Amino acid sequence: MDILSLFVIVPLLTVLALVFTKGLKQVRIVSLIGMLVQLAMSINLIFAYLKERAVNNNIMVFVKDYMWFEQFNIHYTIGVDAISVVMIVLTSVVVLAGVFISWMVDDLPKEFFISLIILSSGVFGFFISLDLFTMFVFYEIAVIPMYLLIGIWGSGPKEDSAMKLTLMLMGASAVLSVGIFGIYFNSNADGGALTFNILEIAQVNIPEAAQNLFFPMVFIGFAVLGALFPFHTWSPSGHASAPTAVSMLHAGVLMKLGGYGVFRVAMYLLPLGALTWSNFFLVLAAIGVVYGAMGAIMQKDLKYINAYASVSHLGLVLFALLMFNKTAWNGAIIQSLSHGLLTAMFFALIGMVYGRTHTRDIDKLGGIMKVLPFIGAIYVITGLAYLGLPGFSGFVAEMNIFVGSFEHTDTFHRVLTILAVSSIVVTAVYILRMVGKIMMGPLENEDFKDLPKATWYEKVGLVLLLIPVLIIGIAPFGLSEMLKESIEPFLERLL
Amino acid sequence: MNLESFLLMRYELGLLAVILLLIVFEIFSSKKQKENLVTISIVLFTIHTLVGFLPLNDGSLFGGMFRTNALLHFFKSTLNIGVLILLLQSADWIKENVVKQNKSTEFFILIFSSLLGMYYMISSGDFLMFYIGLELATLPVTALVAYETYKQESAEAGVKFILSSALASGTALLGVSFLYATTGTLYFDAMAEVLTISNLSVLGFIFFFSGLAFKISLAPFHFWTADVYEGAPISIASFLSVISKGAAAIILMIILFTVMRPLMPVWIKIIYMVTIATMFIGNLFALRQKNMKRFLAYSSIAQAGFILLGFLSDDQLGYTTIVYFVAVYIFSNLAAFGVVQAISSATGKESMDDYEGLYRTNPKLSLVMMLALFSLAGIPPLAGFFGKFFLYAAAASKGYYLLVFIAVVNATISLYYYLLVIRAMFLRKNPDAIPFFKSGMYMKLGLIIAVIGILVIGVYSPIYEYLYSISNSFLN
Repeated sequence: MDILSLFVIVPLLTVLALVFTKGLKQVRIVSLIGMLVQLAMSINLIFAYLKERAVNNNIMVFVKDYMWFEQFNIHYTIGVDAISVVMIVLTSVVVLAGVFISWMVDDLPKEFFISLIILSSGVFGFFISLDLFTMFVFYEIAVIPMYLLIGIWGSGPKEDSAMKLTLMLMGASAVLSVGIFGIYFNSNADGGALTFNILEIAQVNIPEAAQNLFFPMVFIGFAVLGALFPFHTWSPSGHASAPTAVSMLHAGVLMKLGGYGVFRVAMYLLPLGALTWSNFFLVLAAIGVVYGAMGAIMQKDLKYINAYASVSHLGLVLFALLMFNKTAWNGAIIQSLSHGLLTAMFFALIGMVYGRTHTRDIDKLGGIMKVLPFIGAIYVITGLAYLGLPGFSGFVAEMNIFVGSFEHTDTFHRVLTILAVSSIVVTAVYILRMVGKIMMGPLENEDFKDLPKATWYEKVGLVLLLIPVLIIGIAPFGLSEMLKESIEPFLERLL
Repeated sequence: MNLESFLLMRYELGLLAVILLLIVFEIFSSKKQKENLVTISIVLFTIHTLVGFLPLNDGSLFGGMFRTNALLHFFKSTLNIGVLILLLQSADWIKENVVKQNKSTEFFILIFSSLLGMYYMISSGDFLMFYIGLELATLPVTALVAYETYKQESAEAGVKFILSSALASGTALLGVSFLYATTGTLYFDAMAEVLTISNLSVLGFIFFFSGLAFKISLAPFHFWTADVYEGAPISIASFLSVISKGAAAIILMIILFTVMRPLMPVWIKIIYMVTIATMFIGNLFALRQKNMKRFLAYSSIAQAGFILLGFLSDDQLGYTTIVYFVAVYIFSNLAAFGVVQAISSATGKESMDDYEGLYRTNPKLSLVMMLALFSLAGIPPLAGFFGKFFLYAAAASKGYYLLVFIAVVNATISLYYYLLVIRAMFLRKNPDAIPFFKSGMYMKLGLIIAVIGILVIGVYSPIYEYLYSISNSFLN
């Protein structure tokens, strides 16, 4: 069995085992074991990758290829580069933390964990795929459990939020499928066979007219998941209604599929289209960055604040990707990681506060630090990391993005960059105001005096997420070094 | 012609034998023995289905009026499996309602006769045989639609069905006579050689196509569908929407790509427009349906629109994809109808609102329904996804990107109403939910076979590859 397919097989085995469990306790244990194995495998994958990279100079390593549908030349092709490796690690950390945070789910726990783990298997499969068809299959597998997860275990107007989210994302994937057909039926432009294989298509010169036609479809198809303005509207309501672990997983991991797909498929396979359309989408991304930040200022609900902040921060990922240079791309990938971890922490913390106080309204909270010191302290740390304080991952990411963006000397890029940089200030405003209001100051409500302290599983979940944030923040060079080699071949296509 | 060549009609002879055995049984059995009728029929039909899997040669009989080839062989077996699932699913209903009225043998005889008509229809090599097959497939169903004589809706549906199908058959026959007038022959092969685009032949084609479009319920010939499905017994609605529609789609494919090939520039435009109309009408009308039978009726109209996408691709890929999608559709829709049948025969409830909170009382049935609906909506890794994806690919391969775009928009619309059922079953909490009930053994078996089909046909690629290898056998 190859090392990569296990990332799909282990979750599926876990799901299979979950089917036969009885009671909350067994469900927890089985999920925990499954996801611990997954985390161990992904940490092992980093070392295996570094070892393999030293002797193997291909773009992708651990490549395995199995024929699936011969008539369409559909293969199950898998392989990873540094970018997919770090994404896989991110996913396994967030999923494991999500399992800890959902420790107390008591309504249909078995179904909850099964849906959660099916979702994660879709995400893992997406990150290892090198075949457009396989990738698309996993993409949809990752999206559809969301409907049940939000609809059954969510809060507030959960049915409508779930429907809106599912339809927008599946609609996007429908548009994406047209783009994929466009790529596929042009993959014989140089006289070869039709293929879905990403690496093979990258060798083909797809006619420019086709690239210009299909690039926006592929780009939008993925970028809706990355909350591109104006297609972000599913995100605030979806995240606000979702249960904690699902918000974590969705904002932390699933939304990264968008940026990753744009990078891996849209820009890599349709470079001429990317160059044609880059300015248009750059404007949209910049609007998203500023609009998300402004939106976050206006919100009173903690989850809405975080959801709009995600729109802003993921807009920054798309913004950086459209800059087409190494520094910015490096920043985009680190931003994906950093945002994934930090937003997961935020959602986890919000879930903990909400679970105790039963409110997410900023005005009704205050002085929580005094009663919940552990949660309060982590909340402050997360907030500081989120607004890009040096020493945490957020700083490294944003620094790279803006330095890279500023390398463009023309007015258009300069103006947009300055506009996007302004979001840092706005971010600081809403984060500091939120943290200050709910954590510091006098205790707002006397009923909150005896809130239960953080439990062990909550602490474990949070610490699990905090460790990589600190590692990236303090020692980003190892990561940048690892990513650099994998970025280059993709960048070459655009120069 | 020697006697052995009759074995080319093995399916037809086998089914005829089953029908005759049932007639004999009906005559000679006592009332008490008749209680075993359901089991006997299912066993006989299972044997017939299994025999169908034996290899069969290609060939033709009666000077080319009847022919068989690998694709038809495959498709007849698929129809057999579909009917078998359907019988298993309706076994409980038959025992509860039909046997008591002492007319259960007729039920089986009629359903098998209709299937026999479909065999002849898809195997036909000239329009006479085709028409006989078409009528034999339709008339018994009319009786079946009106089978619940104590219900007014059932009788009403029967009248609606016979009137509209008589009109459809008449229209098709008029079209055939026009074609005969221009070519002077009824044989498919001979007609294909001399057919040219002329006013009369195009008119003939349009009449013929309209007649067949009634059977597949393509827009704008779909109006009978929802009313008839609603009034008919569920197993018959299921038969109409799955078996009858599948067979009609296949014969449409065969006729369009063989006899009507000279008219392709004409019919490809018609198909293009009918596809768009059918998808939109089916999907938009399905949005607000509350009765599950009407809901599935409109959903199956929309699915028929998807089938037509494959007709735009005149190559092996296109043929394979049509047959593949029809097979996938048979299993998915049978699973959905099976659940409706199970709930209806246990509680008599058929409205979407009654399904609220079903998962918490009947989790397994709800899961089957979810798989069926996700497969119909085209969610991976279920079979429906592969069927739809390949249909899009077939249309895109000929450059119909705009049509593929319209189709994916429709697929997203359809996801909305499929999710409405899932919302009712999974998301809602309902203290008055349908209480837990146990389905009979036959029902379970029927659902399990359908679910296996949904799970396996897509992911397991050799099925598609086998189909690809035989798919252009009908052209010779």
